[in-house]
Amino acid sequence: MSKTTDVREAVMVGRRSDGSLVRRPLSPHLQAYDMLQMTSALSITHRITGVVWSIGMVFLVWWLASAASGEASFGGAQWFFGSLFGILGLMALTAAAWYHTLAGLRHLYWDSGRGFDLPTTYATGRMVLMGTAGLTVLTWLILFVTWI
Amino acid sequence: MSQPTLRTLRSPLGRARGMGSAKGGTHHWWMQRVTSVALLPLTLWLVFSLARMPDSTWQQATAWIGRPFNAVLLLAFLAAAFHHTASGLQVVIEDYVRGEMARMGSLLAVKGICALLWLAGSLAVLRIAV
Repeated sequence: MSKTTDVREAVMVGRRSDGSLVRRPLSPHLQAYDMLQMTSALSITHRITGVVWSIGMVFLVWWLASAASGEASFGGAQWFFGSLFGILGLMALTAAAWYHTLAGLRHLYWDSGRGFDLPTTYATGRMVLMGTAGLTVLTWLILFVTWI
Repeated sequence: MSQPTLRTLRSPLGRARGMGSAKGGTHHWWMQRVTSVALLPLTLWLVFSLARMPDSTWQQATAWIGRPFNAVLLLAFLAAAFHHTASGLQVVIEDYVRGEMARMGSLLAVKGICALLWLAGSLAVLRIAV
């Protein structure tokens, strides 16, 4: 258990609900963590893919709104999504969406208080990566089979 | 038996209730989990549904959106997804944006944009479905 020895530490020391003192954890930062470790790399990727999904939501609303405003504007949106830029963007978005979904499932598993030991952490991390690849390929296989 | 000591300034009742200040300490975290659980089946349904309509005409797309089953799930997806997006981006902003005004400003902007996009998407679905 830690004790406050320096007044500057005041904000870094908190109390547990039983009243005992605890040193608050510092957020991981780039100087202290090797970002090439799978654990930290997957962690920041979860956040990045969440932000990417947010941008993808703008495109989903655009697609819905263009469908609601009529055939001409829907044609414009479909042309954009069918262009090379649109297809590459949608492929990246698909991978980001599946990654965020599977890594989110991993977070829910952690929230249940399980899977914190290193072998399990690495195993679930590999499952997230393989699942992302599998679901992304499956999604685009379905799309291209429907398309042609 | 030794004398019991109270080493916290929190009242015993407050500790027993375990709800922290303003009684909402875990609400943000919990709602993020609730929406994420809702989004698991909705995302599976939406992504695979959209993957099966790449070359759809306007008539086919609006017929699909307007089907009651799809319209309800689309509205549910938009509500859960924009709630989840707003709370997720809020955490990112709180972590990285320094300065009280910049942080408050970007938080309000993100919440406003999420609310407007949610309304716009829902209105589009309703216009097609109703």
